[in-house]
Amino acid sequence: MNPHQPTATEQSRLSLVRAAYVVARRDFRAILFSKAFLFFLLGPVFFGLVSVGAASIGRKAAENREPPVLAVAMEPGDAAAIERAGKRLAPLIDLPSMERVDAVAGDPARILDDSARNFGAVLTGTLDKPRLIGTEERIERWKGEVALAAAAARGSGTNYPEVAIQPVATSGASKKSARVGTATGALTLLFLLTMLLAGMVMSNLVEEKANKIIEVLAAAIPMDAVFLGKLVAMLAVSMVGIAVWGGIAGLVLTMGGNGIGPLPTPAVGWALFAALFLVYFAMAYLLIGSIFLTIGAMVPTVRDVQTLSMPATMLQLGVFFLATYATSDLGSPVETGAIAFPLSSPYAMVSRAAQEPALWPHVAALAWQALWVIVFVRFGARLFRRRVMKSGPQGARPKKRWGRATPA
Amino acid sequence: MHASLSASTLTGNTAIAAGTGPLAIEAIGLVKRFDGVTAVDGVDLAVPQGAIYGVLGPNGAGKTTTLRMLLGIIDPDAGVRRVFGHERPHDVARLIGYLPEERGLYPSMKADEAIAFLGALRGVPLTEGRRRGRELLEEHGLGHAADRTIRQLSKGMAQTVQLLGTLVHRPRLVVLDEPFSGLDALNQGKLEKMIRRMAAEGTTVIFSTHVIAHAERLCEGVAIIAGGKVPYAGSVDAARDRIPAQVRLETHAEDGRWRDALPADARREGRYWLFSLPESGIEPLLRALIEGDAGILSLSIERAGLHDAFVHIAGEAAARALEEETPTEQAR
Repeated sequence: MNPHQPTATEQSRLSLVRAAYVVARRDFRAILFSKAFLFFLLGPVFFGLVSVGAASIGRKAAENREPPVLAVAMEPGDAAAIERAGKRLAPLIDLPSMERVDAVAGDPARILDDSARNFGAVLTGTLDKPRLIGTEERIERWKGEVALAAAAARGSGTNYPEVAIQPVATSGASKKSARVGTATGALTLLFLLTMLLAGMVMSNLVEEKANKIIEVLAAAIPMDAVFLGKLVAMLAVSMVGIAVWGGIAGLVLTMGGNGIGPLPTPAVGWALFAALFLVYFAMAYLLIGSIFLTIGAMVPTVRDVQTLSMPATMLQLGVFFLATYATSDLGSPVETGAIAFPLSSPYAMVSRAAQEPALWPHVAALAWQALWVIVFVRFGARLFRRRVMKSGPQGARPKKRWGRATPA
Repeated sequence: MHASLSASTLTGNTAIAAGTGPLAIEAIGLVKRFDGVTAVDGVDLAVPQGAIYGVLGPNGAGKTTTLRMLLGIIDPDAGVRRVFGHERPHDVARLIGYLPEERGLYPSMKADEAIAFLGALRGVPLTEGRRRGRELLEEHGLGHAADRTIRQLSKGMAQTVQLLGTLVHRPRLVVLDEPFSGLDALNQGKLEKMIRRMAAEGTTVIFSTHVIAHAERLCEGVAIIAGGKVPYAGSVDAARDRIPAQVRLETHAEDGRWRDALPADARREGRYWLFSLPESGIEPLLRALIEGDAGILSLSIERAGLHDAFVHIAGEAAARALEEETPTEQAR
């Protein structure tokens, strides 16, 4: 080797991770120590209200899509009679749909716990002495309807039998409904967090372009590292925000816990669900953020970024609706599609974590999502280099297409 | 006889012979097209280590695009570039300092932090970068500004901070894109000194400029770029030698036998005769003038300047474009 040539140590360059760290550290500090960050932390006030509203709507929607069924576990004659009566009355009154189950083998508790079915309560006994077993809320709601149906089945329109009630702590339907509620709530929260936080990435590279520092970055480190660093910095900022908001929410729950009541436990348990939620948030953020970062990087001004934010929000909404639609339909082609499509995959998997205890799909989904994060970041960085890092002053471009430039 | 022989612009530049000594930068047939328009068309460059090298051409000639390709900011569509022998410039990023034409720093950063950040991008630990940043600021009379944010600095001060950030990691190659633009005369002079000092310490400096005077004062080698092509790349001396030296003759006699000794391109301008130095040299001519009783009052040989060389090489149009850009800077 020529003695004037640089030595091997000198030739080494910053690794991708270290280069990304340099960018991320700068961005993280700049954002965290800015006054605007305080306003950013005020976001959850609006945020919490929207989440609660959306979760409630989602829960109702889930119930409407798959209403709970009354399991009839009576003697065959009584069961057939009450079923017929139910069908007769159905056009006149809003009765629960009924389904006959094996009266002998059917242990009411087991029937209610059958997560494959959506039984809200079990009707046993006779037409004269019907017995309704289910959650307190559900049997209170159905007691009158059952008495009406039993009376109609006996041929007496006015002599309503006394319905004995036997409350149980939970049922398959209520558990399922609660888990769907948890899934929808978590999905909505994930969507709102991603929408709020990933949108900020869009304007991120505009600062570098406006400050003209982008060329210094591009000359020193690979553009992949710039993109990755920016994404990670914003993710870290988001995590700080989530920690603060989560802390406040935890405080509120602790202080007003009795009034709020117990939260429905997700299928994988709270601890794992919280961990998965954070990981899927990171994935959703990195996936949508890398697209937003690329789009934002391609435009020259903040005004253009604002113009683009609407279609970007529409894209997120589309992803959200797809995942929400798949929530109550686990195992369906729609859900599989939502899991396979990279942008909706984190949402669909959060929903699954709330409803299904199996863990291996999460491992597979996370690997799949990580692969797409790499693809998106690399593609974005490459596109940025090809389209934006051309030549000439940025200011000389307004009459041209994005990225077109005159060589200097 | 009053004969004064002078070479008006001797700079002491040394010739750069291609293929001698290790190269800091080598480019072979670089081509770059943007949306079907060829911005750089087959550029060849060879910049020896330790040299001060200028890339000279009007705006739009392809200087910045060439530098960006050399630095790996953009990839060429064709051709090869090597920086310290590496085809991927990012592999030797820690050895390179780059000041882009469009300067810029994060406005909310303090001056010393900005320098440290630029150093960190090139592998200097942040604490070390901050220490070096403060030292550099002190050295350049900006010690008082170390704790000020960039937005609190004047434009000139911010430019200096960025230049110091370009040097904080002690690069072996410094690439400066139009470094003199936007600087007042005083700061241009300071920058020239800094470039000379870097070169004296063994650092290779390559800068683009559209001001011939800077290249002429500083550079050992130049590449002239016009229309994306490099019609000339080599030493400044060799560029100037492309035009024969001009002889300026003043005689006592108006006419006589001596007139026959003047070359065919001789023309009269006021009291003087101007013509290219004959290939045979000055001595036979002098002899003929004396023997022909010209009565020489003065005779000077003026070597062509880089500007004349530029006109000769790149053409009148390119020279006009160059002059139109910064008439005040040209006057310096």
